[in-house]
Amino acid sequence: MTDALLTGADASTEVPLKRRLRRTERTRQLKALALVAPLLVFLLFTFAGPIAGMLWRAVDDREVRQVLPNTLAALAGWDGKDLPDETAYAALASDILAARASGTIAIAAKRLNYALNGFRTILTSTARNLKSEPERGTAKETLGRINPAWRDRATWTTIRDAGGPVTSFYLLAALDLTRNVDGAIVAAPPDQAIYRSLFARTFIISLSVTALCLILGFPVAYLLATLPPARSNLLMIFVLLPFWTSLLVRTCAWIVLLQSKGVVNDSLLWLGIVDEPLRLIYNRFGVCVAMTHVLLPFMILPLYSSMKAISPAYMRAAASLGAPPLTAFLRIYLPQTLPGIGAGSLLVFILALGYYITPALVGGAADQMISYFIALYTTETANWGLASALGAVLLLATVLLALVYGKLVQGQQVTGGMKN
Amino acid sequence: MEAGMVTPAPALVRFSGIQKTYDGEHLVVKNLDLDIRKGEFITLLGPSGSGKTTTLMMLAGFEVPTHGEIYLADRPIKNVPPHKRDIGMVFQNYALFPHLTIAENIAFPLSVRKSSKADVQDRVRAALRMIKMETFAHRRPGQLSGGQQQRVALARALVFNPQLVLMDEPLGALDKRLREQMQLEIKQLHETTGITIVYVTHDQSEALTMSDRIAVFNDGIVQQIDKPDALYEHPVNSFVAHFIGENNVLPGTVETVERDYCRVALAGGGTVAARAVNVSGAGASTSLSVRPERVAIVRDGSASEGPNRLPAKVQNTIYLGDHALAVLDVAGNGEFMVKLQPGAHHGLPQGECVFITFRPEDCLALDPV
Repeated sequence: MTDALLTGADASTEVPLKRRLRRTERTRQLKALALVAPLLVFLLFTFAGPIAGMLWRAVDDREVRQVLPNTLAALAGWDGKDLPDETAYAALASDILAARASGTIAIAAKRLNYALNGFRTILTSTARNLKSEPERGTAKETLGRINPAWRDRATWTTIRDAGGPVTSFYLLAALDLTRNVDGAIVAAPPDQAIYRSLFARTFIISLSVTALCLILGFPVAYLLATLPPARSNLLMIFVLLPFWTSLLVRTCAWIVLLQSKGVVNDSLLWLGIVDEPLRLIYNRFGVCVAMTHVLLPFMILPLYSSMKAISPAYMRAAASLGAPPLTAFLRIYLPQTLPGIGAGSLLVFILALGYYITPALVGGAADQMISYFIALYTTETANWGLASALGAVLLLATVLLALVYGKLVQGQQVTGGMKN
Repeated sequence: MEAGMVTPAPALVRFSGIQKTYDGEHLVVKNLDLDIRKGEFITLLGPSGSGKTTTLMMLAGFEVPTHGEIYLADRPIKNVPPHKRDIGMVFQNYALFPHLTIAENIAFPLSVRKSSKADVQDRVRAALRMIKMETFAHRRPGQLSGGQQQRVALARALVFNPQLVLMDEPLGALDKRLREQMQLEIKQLHETTGITIVYVTHDQSEALTMSDRIAVFNDGIVQQIDKPDALYEHPVNSFVAHFIGENNVLPGTVETVERDYCRVALAGGGTVAARAVNVSGAGASTSLSVRPERVAIVRDGSASEGPNRLPAKVQNTIYLGDHALAVLDVAGNGEFMVKLQPGAHHGLPQGECVFITFRPEDCLALDPV
């Protein structure tokens, strides 16, 4: 919509005819704009706004600056090669005293503890033991006596790096990276490096679910597109049925079916196929089954619409030209369904990337996807920075995928040869 | 055209006692026996629902006959799948593969036959030259006009030298001028390649223009198979007479039959002499067929030179450029057409009473409509 307006404006200066055309088109475009305006406004507040907020929170870093302003000012000229000088210590002491009075120590402690484990203790013990402002020239010694960590250069670089107002700390953490004492980007310590494998797991689960949906959905979509209308309508109702049931209900239904005393295991035991119940749920298998079930319609519908557009005459033509059924399918039918396969796969993959409820209910500890941790950081630990950074990385991956897909589709634009 | 006069070419395709039903109640094709000779251009002509397309689809292998057998070069092919029949086909909507270029479309039948790359290239180039579209090799079908797409579809169906080429109303989607041009191109292609072509259409003028022989279908039955001129001059029944060309119908009853001729009393009054083509005998009801161009209008009722002279009243005249038509009321038929020289219609004011005459051999007594 806005694109059309912009290109119209660009071309208007060349030829009067174009200007006249634009003038006549403008009313129509304004009307169209007015029609979509409510949705645009809605999206701005519910979609664009929150995403912008999330992206901002991923780099926002003003907590320490708010609590320890004088310290940061004193550290501004510090080269970071040695311990800072006396003025920084004195500033820190006065900041801590002020923060203790206003009760804001915990805010800075929480943020600094993300960057350096144990910082909370350093700060709170110092605040507790610092009775009054140290005498002029003794701040360094006093603080060092209260907690020897103040004699460590890393403690001070941590404060300086958390000075904000923006930081790459959360984004680096989301990629298992951190800054060392000298400010260089290095790999995070192994006990904190969990996010890369988490992203990998999220991608693997999403890819498996996408593949399963494609394998299961393709024949169904083909049936839908080729059956006579009466029967294909009935089949379509079955495909759409899951949409009419709550996601939670569907997921719980799988728990009932797949648990160790569930329908599937009971049947297998009764038939004598297995001797003891199989573990079908609270593991990767359960997650893939439940997610495939929930996401299958999103694969079938784009496939169906691309197949519906393929005239049966193509397959007949291929056969009459000597192609056996399999060759005709691979060389004539399949390539024409590629846009549908692409759209369906992209839709399922992107939806699967953000799945939260289903893995949380039917997955084990090793099957939790990135959304689980995002939820954990927002609702449990209130680490908004890290939650936003994880979300931002996920968003970036998704946007990249969508762009790649767009390029692929554009690259092999299929124009219909049938004139009906 | 009957056996004995000319030795016909051997039959390439033989339909033997073919029946086809889709619902188990109605036969779409009723007992079809049809020979298609090697090298001929045969058209299956008929109104929609007459069974002509079903017949073509059975030959192509997309429909299976309910009863009977089809032979291709003396080999029964009822159970041979379409891709093994070696029959090229041109579809009504071209069915060019939209994701392949023109060259790839034409190369398709060769590449599925695993021809060598060089051979495929040579033959595709030759095919493109044949349809005069060398410069379009790398375009997609969607970028071509209807006529160009049709040419490509033709080239694709011919490039692998099939024994037989089927065409299912291939020109139906084109406009009139292009259709006429393509008719001539297809006819020329048939003459230069000598390939056997089975062509399906509901357009009788298309059939007359292109065919060596025409099989007229109606109601699942082949009404008549003959050369175009024979179909026009000697239709065997009212349906064929009516379907091929313009035709005036006069209902009546046979009075006497004398060898090839009979006297018929018209339902609207008067008697005429007619060629007895399809009448059972004296007393039978019949329907006379007279072509508009075989009728003359005379003013003088007393000038009696022929046995067939009927009073007529001018209803209307229509000017059509190369000729004109007079619409007359003759023996109760208010839409009796007479073909005139252009300009002659000026002398026929509406409501004027005239006479029409025609020769007995131009008036056919056929089965009642």
